[in-house]
Amino acid sequence: MTTGVERTRLPVPGPVPTVHFPPVRVVGLSTGLAMRTVEHAGPPVVQWIWLIPTGSAADPEAQPGLAALTADLLDEGSTTRSAFALHAALDRIGARLEVQVGSDATSISLMTLSRYAAEGLALLYEIVARPRFDAADFERVRDLRLSRLRQMRSVPGAVADRVYLETLYPQHPYGHLGIGTAEALSRMTVTDVEQFHRDDYRAAQATLIGAGALTHDAFIEMAERVLGDWSGRPAVKAIGDSRVSLGRPESPSARLVIVDRPGAVQSELRIGHVGVARRIADYHAVLVLNMVLGGQFVSRLNRILREEKGYTYGVHTSFDCRRWPGPFVMQGSVQADATAESVQEVLEQMGAIGGDGAVTPPELNLARAALTRGFARGFETAGQVARGVAQIVRHDLSMDDYDQFVPRVEAVDGAAVTAAAVSHLHSDRAVVVVVGPADQIAEGLSTLGLGDLLQVEA
Amino acid sequence: MLDYTKHTLENGLDVIVHEDHRCPIVAINLWYHVGSKNEKRGRTGLAHLFEHLMFEGSAHHDSGYFAPLQQAGATLNGSTNSDRTNYWEVVPTTALELGLWLESDRMGYLLPALTSAKFENQRDVVLNERRQQYENRPYGLASMALMAALFPPGHPYRWTTIGETADLHAATLDDAHAFFRTYYHPGNASLTLAGDVDPEPALELVRRYFEEIPSGGSIPPVVGLTGPSGEGQTVAEETYLLLEDRVELPRLYLAWRTPRLYAAGDAEMDMLADVLTGGKTSRLYRKLVYDRRIATDVGAAQGSRELAGWFCISATAAAGHELVELEQVIVDELEGLAERGPDVREIERSLAQVEAQFVYRLQTVGGFNGRSDQLNAYNVFTGNPGFMDQDRMRYREISAGLVQELVSTQLNSSGRVALSIVPEGAASLALAGSAPAEVA
Repeated sequence: MTTGVERTRLPVPGPVPTVHFPPVRVVGLSTGLAMRTVEHAGPPVVQWIWLIPTGSAADPEAQPGLAALTADLLDEGSTTRSAFALHAALDRIGARLEVQVGSDATSISLMTLSRYAAEGLALLYEIVARPRFDAADFERVRDLRLSRLRQMRSVPGAVADRVYLETLYPQHPYGHLGIGTAEALSRMTVTDVEQFHRDDYRAAQATLIGAGALTHDAFIEMAERVLGDWSGRPAVKAIGDSRVSLGRPESPSARLVIVDRPGAVQSELRIGHVGVARRIADYHAVLVLNMVLGGQFVSRLNRILREEKGYTYGVHTSFDCRRWPGPFVMQGSVQADATAESVQEVLEQMGAIGGDGAVTPPELNLARAALTRGFARGFETAGQVARGVAQIVRHDLSMDDYDQFVPRVEAVDGAAVTAAAVSHLHSDRAVVVVVGPADQIAEGLSTLGLGDLLQVEA
Repeated sequence: MLDYTKHTLENGLDVIVHEDHRCPIVAINLWYHVGSKNEKRGRTGLAHLFEHLMFEGSAHHDSGYFAPLQQAGATLNGSTNSDRTNYWEVVPTTALELGLWLESDRMGYLLPALTSAKFENQRDVVLNERRQQYENRPYGLASMALMAALFPPGHPYRWTTIGETADLHAATLDDAHAFFRTYYHPGNASLTLAGDVDPEPALELVRRYFEEIPSGGSIPPVVGLTGPSGEGQTVAEETYLLLEDRVELPRLYLAWRTPRLYAAGDAEMDMLADVLTGGKTSRLYRKLVYDRRIATDVGAAQGSRELAGWFCISATAAAGHELVELEQVIVDELEGLAERGPDVREIERSLAQVEAQFVYRLQTVGGFNGRSDQLNAYNVFTGNPGFMDQDRMRYREISAGLVQELVSTQLNSSGRVALSIVPEGAASLALAGSAPAEVA
């Protein structure tokens, strides 16, 4: 066929401009709260984030789920108004409230139009610092969480996540989902929640982030005005401390764990092991390694399992880089009759990339380019910028961490990827969790040399 | 709210450019005005399966589309619904030409590269997508049962976009080739560039890559409609259905036919959904979840589509409660609204959400629902990329009286579909008189 333009080869894109993370101003508010502000031009939107440096890993050992339950109760009314009055006020300004409880941090985020920035902050303050914790609300919200736990038993991904963490982290603060367990929730009282809030939501431990279409001065002046009367109590512990030791967990008691889901047409998979913390020296090599192995569409695992074999809608891998070593996981759902073959493929690829299947130059180029050339895209909105600052705070990184990102990724070479694979990927001790039809998949899985099969309940 | 320029090339391709130089990225967004509504019975799911094939290579780049774009620092995706199929890339400014090269190559020169091996592979992937998103997901078959009950035989909204398993197995490479020739050409497409571009050189670049692609034939009319657009019909009679599923708690769905996208009453239905279930002060959340604690969740939405709309309320029973209790509360609330309408404060509250939402939607240039996607949506469905301003006016002009009238005339029991999804072996937990739904 004839065409008017050059179609014999693809255009080669020119270099991308160096993009700097916008300047962040760091101040301490008179109430004791740390504050970080970012000016971000764009639509008239402001993103507030109130960041608490503890999350589900701070759940007392006998009370998994307490951090999340506490956070869930924050917007159920304040000392001065009911849940309905509070939500009516949020609705009047079209604010969007989001509460997220991670393992090491809790963030309460509020997005609002710039013209309502002060009203939004006042509501956020009311929600975080002055929750009502009414006994009837407590019971209702706890019941809703118990219902959710019950429903999660029929969601393959939720079951797999729970069993995977339990297997990887026995007797460890990372070994449970944020929602906790039914037994623990049933035993909790509103006093437990009050206590957790009193200890963990102190001003001196938290950080307020404001990003969007306001100036630094306007953000700070607004925060002083709104939070001025708060007597934030002094910290009771250093940031990042935990009630429990977060050392390396015990070894898993089994490597092959099946949750039976009779008749299921797919197997939900979680494969991996304890990974790395965020503040490791070779963090950027780990990012590149993950891109090549399973972190993007054109990764080895997605290419093989989806684009070559058609066994799945898609799989991916991730290193959850927490304050302490978080899970490395390959996750995905594969058709039931391809379960054992898929697991074997994943284990082989995990092993190969640090050995005789080392990263190739084209793979390395693609992974680095995908990370570095796409970098600017990550800071388009006020919300993205605010979450970027939250990451810096959460992991106590230097403020120029984002400006160092591109050069550090570009410096990762093939040897560094191989070294990262050797240090941080361990197919020989990876745990395999499968939620699927046991009668169809157990036999095949038992031939993979993973030792005794442990079957657990959903 | 959004500045843009629009040109239509001689081959019929609409080209819309929206400038915003704050971030050195460009959103490329390409809509084809084809979706599952254009499918035939026996070949459902073809439009979506075809979308997958568009990523597998074209004549002059006969390998996957993800690799060169990710190498360039782009992110990309596509999606299919009943009415349209969209493809997008967000690229660094310097990769705009690469993106246009690839989009034009798969628009103009796909078929030489569309082989049986790719077709078979992506059929397997789609079958697994169906297993993951529908068959193996709690309540995952609800939409299939509801659509089949809301729309009469032959109506193309009767099936969901993922398609029926047997049809996916029956589809052939020839079907895919014919589908491409019929629907994938410049005259049935709309291209928007948004972000770090200047309109003049951007249009020039688009011309260079797309002008050579011949305009295709006319688009065949949608088959199977009993009226001019399939609009204005109601369900023939009240329908009670049940599905047994791997779920812990029973859930009730109540659904009705409603006005189509942008028709009179469509915005009112959006607002009604907000009044009923938007946030913790909404009527049904308050009654069902907060006060009486007989449900664990409740949601409502107006499905606004090109040929017709539907309105659905769903609620999950709390342990120890029955679906009939939930149904009673919902029906009472609708009857109250049919008599008195929402009050002014409810309308004001809802309008505040809508106004903020229109601004929040402006924050990204690319991706699903970014500015480029919105400009294309308005262009494809109204012919006017700047329809956002009128869209917003639709909500500002809503009156409580109109909402009341619509609830009274449309959301009554006569044209209602009630679907109960209950745990396996617990059919008795469905509303009385429910018959098993057939889901293909």
